[in-house]
Amino acid sequence: MVLVYAEATNGQFKKMAHEVVVYGKKTADVLGTECHALVLGDASGAEDLGRFGASKVHQLKSPNLEKFDAAVYTVAVAEAAKKLGATVIVLSHNSTGKSICGRLAARLEAGSVPGANAIPMMKDGFFTVRKPVFSGKAFADVQLLTDVKIISVAGNSIPVEELGQGGTTVEALDITLPEPRTKVVKHQVATGRVPLPEAELVVSGGRGLKGPENWGVVEDLAEALGATTACSRPVADSDWRPHHEHVGQTGVAIRPNLYIAAGISGAIQHLAGVNNSKTIVVINKDADAPFFKAADYGVVGDLFEVLPRLTEAVKKYKGQ
Amino acid sequence: MKLLVCVSKTPETTTKIQLTGDGGDIDTTGVQYIMNPYDEWYALVRALELKEAAGGSVTILNVGPADNDSVIRKGLAIGADDAVRIDVTEEKDSLYTARQIAEYARAESYDIVFFGKETISYNGSEVGAMVAEFLDVPYIGEASKLEMNGTQATVTRDIEGGEEVIELETPFAISSAKGLAEQRIPNMRGIMMAKRKPLKVVPPTDFPDTTRIAHYDKPEEKGSVKLIDADNMDELVRLLHEEAKVI
Ligand SMILES: Cc1cc2nc3c(=O)[nH]c(=O)nc-3n(C[C@H](O)[C@H](O)[C@H](O)COP(=O)(O)OP(=O)(O)OC[C@H]3O[C@@H](n4cnc5c(N)ncnc54)[C@H](O)[C@@H]3O)c2cc1C
Ligand SMILES: Nc1ncnc2c1ncn2[C@@H]1O[C@H](COP(=O)(O)O)[C@@H](O)[C@H]1O
Repeated sequence: MVLVYAEATNGQFKKMAHEVVVYGKKTADVLGTECHALVLGDASGAEDLGRFGASKVHQLKSPNLEKFDAAVYTVAVAEAAKKLGATVIVLSHNSTGKSICGRLAARLEAGSVPGANAIPMMKDGFFTVRKPVFSGKAFADVQLLTDVKIISVAGNSIPVEELGQGGTTVEALDITLPEPRTKVVKHQVATGRVPLPEAELVVSGGRGLKGPENWGVVEDLAEALGATTACSRPVADSDWRPHHEHVGQTGVAIRPNLYIAAGISGAIQHLAGVNNSKTIVVINKDADAPFFKAADYGVVGDLFEVLPRLTEAVKKYKGQ
Repeated sequence: MKLLVCVSKTPETTTKIQLTGDGGDIDTTGVQYIMNPYDEWYALVRALELKEAAGGSVTILNVGPADNDSVIRKGLAIGADDAVRIDVTEEKDSLYTARQIAEYARAESYDIVFFGKETISYNGSEVGAMVAEFLDVPYIGEASKLEMNGTQATVTRDIEGGEEVIELETPFAISSAKGLAEQRIPNMRGIMMAKRKPLKVVPPTDFPDTTRIAHYDKPEEKGSVKLIDADNMDELVRLLHEEAKVI
């Protein structure tokens, strides 16, 4: 059985939880088995996970799960997997998944693939999972050699599909959990915009913007598109933008459907974090900027003229 | 405070990745290696700052072959007191690496074990969490701030679109992200002193493989860019909608 840890953020399932259930169902199909979902803590809509392919949902509630603690969550997932007889465990490659994927692998002595971007395949007799390496400069096909296998799935890697019906039975799980040894004293997320790692549309600015006071042209386009904003590293280093917006090899690696880069030259370290985007638009006044080689669409021109024009064109299209 | 900083080695960031003929391996001819930036810029420097403020020691640990000594020496030049290399000559998986680190660290009882957020080559972001599990200590991933008050720590970690502040007691393990410290460049004196600092080489413990990389591929080359006239943004919007189907 494939067990998917579907994370509820503040009691709600977000796109990433649906993605991993779809991934789990498709993995189960490859293995000729079932896909079950695991829900930790309170959440609304658990029975709805069936729509994405879970044939059963297991829910574990405990006061020890109220705040995130990597060690406690690891025990919860590992013991659920043992109890239910899961051979593959699937989770999201987000901040939660990254905190527990390794712990799970250690606890279960299981091979793991963190950040997978494709459905597993049986190849040469081995269960094989593909993941980007060198921040997207290459892909590796990783064979998992252990009986229990762990996969964390990179966001936006596979489309969400309806693979079943809602109204799945939710069964309560009973597992004794340790007390957390950490105390979360503050949990703060910006409301409104989709967080960068999950965003499907991203508008990004580089040093060509000249200063933080000029970011309005980037913000306006992002607003019109419903996109999230990002930036190059020197921009974050100069505190023009918050550091969590910095994308690239030493920043956030993203794979949105659309990445619009304005005033960014396209250094190899920047490309490493964004070149898995489905479509790349580059706006640069220098026709020889290296980024154009990695772009699908290019506009040679002054971003201070092009961005407002593009924003108007998007608004016109959306108004139709 | 007794601090351990685990450092890995990675190809220099401008490296163009080339594969050997059939994609069986990465072609390492001419590849220059550096200390993994997260380990060098943030983990190591924050550990040094804590030691400077409260006393103690900072040890660097690497699991890898003798070639890695240059990377380790750089860490010593930046200011670590001593170093350990667990002598593993073959490419091994993360669980193997984590087990080596845990075997060593368990015997030494460190207050904090520092990791980088991820190695920028294989982008695993899992070795730190694995070691924490083996050592049975709390683990905080992607820390952008760490303040110590005796044995009490306050850590800020990056989460999607925000942050979380966590309190915990030593011993624990954390992975280091941007913000935790400011990069330090080694000076001449540091480089000279590094040559005399102890670098202990210990043999590995045997553990089975759990994963194996069977094949590498490179992303498909983009076709040539389609240029759109700067005056015709309606055309770009049309292409994004009709051709790329992304809006
Ligand atoms: C170890 C290491 C890791 C790194 N990691 C990262 C990383 O993760 N992410 C990252 O982004 N960088 C990273 N870098 C830095 C990287 O090498 C580049 O320096 C950086 O990406 C350049 O940022 P930029 O494109 O914004 O600025 P620049 O290279 O200065 O480019 C600015 C661009 O704006 C254009 N421009 C200027 N004015 C206008 C205008 N009015 N209209 C249109 N275009 C205009 C210019 O033609 C130019 O192409 C790293 C570097 C190192 C050494
Ligand atoms: N071979 C190694 N030796 C020592 N530390 C390592 C090694 N590989 C990874 N690490 C540490 O684990 C962190 C996360 O690595 P990874 O899980 O490979 O992304 C790195 O930033 C290092 O701190």
